[in-house]
Amino acid sequence: MSDFDEELTKLALAEDGKRETSVFSNPGMHFPWLQERIETVVTGGKKKRDFAQTTSACLSFIQEALLKHQWQQAAEYMHSYLQTLEDSDTYKRQNAPEVIWKLGSEILFYHPKSNVETFNNFADRMKNIGVLNYLKISLQHALYLIHHGKLEDANRNLSDAETWRYGEKSSSQEVLINLVQAYKGLLQYHTWSKKKTELSEIDKDDYAYTSETGNSGNQSCRTSTSICALLKTPGVWDPFVKSYVEMLEFCEDRDGAREILTNYAYDEKFPSNPNAHIYLYEFLKREKAPRAKLISVLKILHEIVPSHPLMLEFHTLLRKSDTEEHQKLGLSVLFEFLDFAGCTKNITAWKYLAKCLKQTLMEGHLVWVEEEWMSRRSWWPTFHFSFFWAKSDWKADADLACEKAFVVGILLGKGCRYFRYIVKQDHETLKKKIKRMKKCVKKYSIVNPGVCT
Amino acid sequence: MDLEEAKSFTERCSQCAAVSWGLTDEGKYYCTSCHNVTDRSEEVVSTAVITNTKINSISRGLRKRSKHEKGWDWYVCEGFQCILYHQAEALKTLGVGAELKNEVLHNLWKRYLQKSKQAYCKNPVRTRGRKAKVLGDNLQSSDCASELELLSDTTLESGAEFQSDPQIPKPFPLVKASPKSEAADVCSGSVDGVEYSEWKEKGVLKMTVPRTLALCYLSLLWQRETITLSDLLRFVEEDRIPYVNAFQLFPEEMKVYGRDKGIFAVESWPDYEDIYKNMIEVAIFLDLPRFPDVTEDCYLHPNILCMKYLLELNLPEEMHSLTCQVVKMTGIGEVDFLTFDPIAKKKRTVKYDVQAVAVIVVVLKLLFLLDDKLEWSYSSLAEAYNEEHREDEPQFDFRKWYQVMKKTFDEKRQKWEEARAKYSWKTKRPIYRSHIDKSVMYKRREMVEHLQKQFSALVGSTPVAEKKDPSSFQFNWTEGDTGSPCFHGHSLQGLLRTKGQSLITKNSLYWLSTQKFCKSYCKHVTTYEESNFSLSYQFILSIFSFLLRIKTSILHEEVSLIEKKLFEKKYNESKKRSRPKKVRRH
Repeated sequence: MSDFDEELTKLALAEDGKRETSVFSNPGMHFPWLQERIETVVTGGKKKRDFAQTTSACLSFIQEALLKHQWQQAAEYMHSYLQTLEDSDTYKRQNAPEVIWKLGSEILFYHPKSNVETFNNFADRMKNIGVLNYLKISLQHALYLIHHGKLEDANRNLSDAETWRYGEKSSSQEVLINLVQAYKGLLQYHTWSKKKTELSEIDKDDYAYTSETGNSGNQSCRTSTSICALLKTPGVWDPFVKSYVEMLEFCEDRDGAREILTNYAYDEKFPSNPNAHIYLYEFLKREKAPRAKLISVLKILHEIVPSHPLMLEFHTLLRKSDTEEHQKLGLSVLFEFLDFAGCTKNITAWKYLAKCLKQTLMEGHLVWVEEEWMSRRSWWPTFHFSFFWAKSDWKADADLACEKAFVVGILLGKGCRYFRYIVKQDHETLKKKIKRMKKCVKKYSIVNPGVCT
Repeated sequence: MDLEEAKSFTERCSQCAAVSWGLTDEGKYYCTSCHNVTDRSEEVVSTAVITNTKINSISRGLRKRSKHEKGWDWYVCEGFQCILYHQAEALKTLGVGAELKNEVLHNLWKRYLQKSKQAYCKNPVRTRGRKAKVLGDNLQSSDCASELELLSDTTLESGAEFQSDPQIPKPFPLVKASPKSEAADVCSGSVDGVEYSEWKEKGVLKMTVPRTLALCYLSLLWQRETITLSDLLRFVEEDRIPYVNAFQLFPEEMKVYGRDKGIFAVESWPDYEDIYKNMIEVAIFLDLPRFPDVTEDCYLHPNILCMKYLLELNLPEEMHSLTCQVVKMTGIGEVDFLTFDPIAKKKRTVKYDVQAVAVIVVVLKLLFLLDDKLEWSYSSLAEAYNEEHREDEPQFDFRKWYQVMKKTFDEKRQKWEEARAKYSWKTKRPIYRSHIDKSVMYKRREMVEHLQKQFSALVGSTPVAEKKDPSSFQFNWTEGDTGSPCFHGHSLQGLLRTKGQSLITKNSLYWLSTQKFCKSYCKHVTTYEESNFSLSYQFILSIFSFLLRIKTSILHEEVSLIEKKLFEKKYNESKKRSRPKKVRRH
């Protein structure tokens, strides 16, 4: 049996090289269960070594301790778990450093007796076990240092990682290098922005001001090279984009900034990201871009996040537009916005809807309203316009209640309980408004009187 | 930089584990794939380093081997002998008589070497083909009395070698290493490790680390010592007897690497069934005669073991008369049944500890039926009685006992699992498979030690609880301060009634644990499907088997076997009638 064992390990050793690349460099698929299945086939259903059994038990004890924030216990188990670095199972041994790094850094981050020095020590050790984890650990180490305010150390760490070289680059490592560089860029941005705020306090005519602005120009150039590479790789890079654009705008490089943002928002290789469109919209707004352009950006955002606060801005933009299509869209933007539970108390939205409904009906587009109402007829009455809401809305915000009452009056008719409750209320300042509302509802309500709930 | 020159350096890079070296201008090696520069410079012929003349003379003619590791030449069987020596020493410190080591185990080992034709015979298998050389050398260096030379003598001098300290195995006369072992990846620290691992001969039982334990148990059994197999395995798990990584007890100069790993490295604790099986195999292979009789005054006799486990399980002592009765009725107390006789036709022996515990299970079933109903109604009766008669000796209350045992065993099991999870398997002496792995293994070891140091600093100065003295008892219920009540003195009054002159159990029902015994060659007696049984039965099996650190199914099998004997007549009848599961007891 021991011979058989040895044969297997030899086989495993021979495949070491192959496996290393196939497991780690291929970003596509990894099936842990498959590995397990293969292992049981290879061992012929032989009993698992107690080593494997106890270390996996140890792992679950560590996880449990972490979950319960028992850092001391976790460290105790960690002491034993470190032996997985010497596992005779090649596959497990190769995965051990990453697991140990993740658990260990978590423990050291929270453990009361731990400090920056112990963490540094640990990170430096772990970086040099195997090649594959060097960049990942360096990056996380830098983040830890940033978290603890050691920006210079973090910067040095990132520089080290950036210049670190090894034999063959795998594609996953390339992204990591870009990330390392980008974080370095972010640190540079931080110093730059600190300087900027300092400068804003200095007199503009001062000699120091002009020389400093020159310097910061240099800085942004350096930053651009470190962040740029990352922005070419698909991904969500919000903080990098934001700071980079800020620096570009400061240097008056509007075209560059626009290119970055457009690419970030429209490149199909990038994952769908609402923030990309928000950044672009805000940039275009600052640039005073034509309305049509702003509308086209927000249209995409509307498709991704119909409940975004910017939708109200979108609505006003659409109302200002002349085309019928935009007018219609403006109405449905409001309806969709109010579909979300988080937006139900947004008084502006209700105000806009009230106004918009009135105007649309005045213009004779009853069909548009009915179209929107069709799908909501079954659930909006209980979602927005229940008697309970009438009471609580009135209590919390009478203005909101009035706007809602107007809307419900138009949509459900004056017989509905929400409307009746609000109208019945006697309020001095709102008296006139309610009266006006009653008149309007009578005039425009889409419901024939008598069919209401 | 010259890549050609660097080919002789075949260790793995400590950074990226590649073997691709170049030479820097300073003559140092650097890795061509990750540019890591080692602190090793090109190796100067290593013989110059050897200053110890003694070692120098030993490694004469073995320069190739000594280049990697400078140590003694030793044989695999010497390694096992060393392990056995330490195991015997450990047993001695546990209180076993000295004869075990000096006489019994020693003789068993000699017999093993003889039977496996490794020594003590005319033509030892390990030296076949190179015998002439051995003899020739023997003549020249007759002053160095080698261990194996002595062993190749056929006289069985008792004790002589075992008392001589095997910590210093003397160098074996030079033998040319087989050409195979020259290959870079097939190597071993022992002289014959490669051959041994490839040695396959019909009828020969190769020694393994689990089998050393089987030998130990055989000698304990021969001596009728007060250690059962489950005790022995528990002591191994508590690290009181060397087993896991026993090779670390080898003297520094006995280098262990390469194929030795497959022979000596163990990454599992011994398993009861496995060692039991090995023990019988070894006994048959050694052709041992009938063992000394296990009589009623022996520790291994069920009556005594039952008493021991009744105490351990916090059950009333009164139950002992019932266990004795069951033992008597089933005939498992007979000398012929209990004594191990490897030559006899039926090659089996008794699992003394499991059997004793199984008898207790049977008695509990007789008393309480364990059908999840009767035991609880009896408990209520006992509770009421105890309430009314506070002054008297209390009656045994199953419910109360259950609560106490559940709590205690859950805690114990939790602690046991935690201790296992913290067990450290790796030693200060890492075993590498081939020379190119050596530096990486040592580097890794160093790394682990450093990291461990770091984490132990975080653990703080809470001293690890002092290791308790070894004991065959795991629980002590009589100590008042444990907080758990002791049931030893409780009476079974409420459970028995008089009939004529004898006492019989109030409960007259019984259910058999199984009616189907495997008849095929799978060697299972029966299977244990937990969900088919009452919760009380499951609970009792689970805590009892935890006490012995065995699988519940083994205990269930043993219970079934005892029931088969106890109800032999009924069992046969019920097979004919096929249906009724409950049997009336007399």
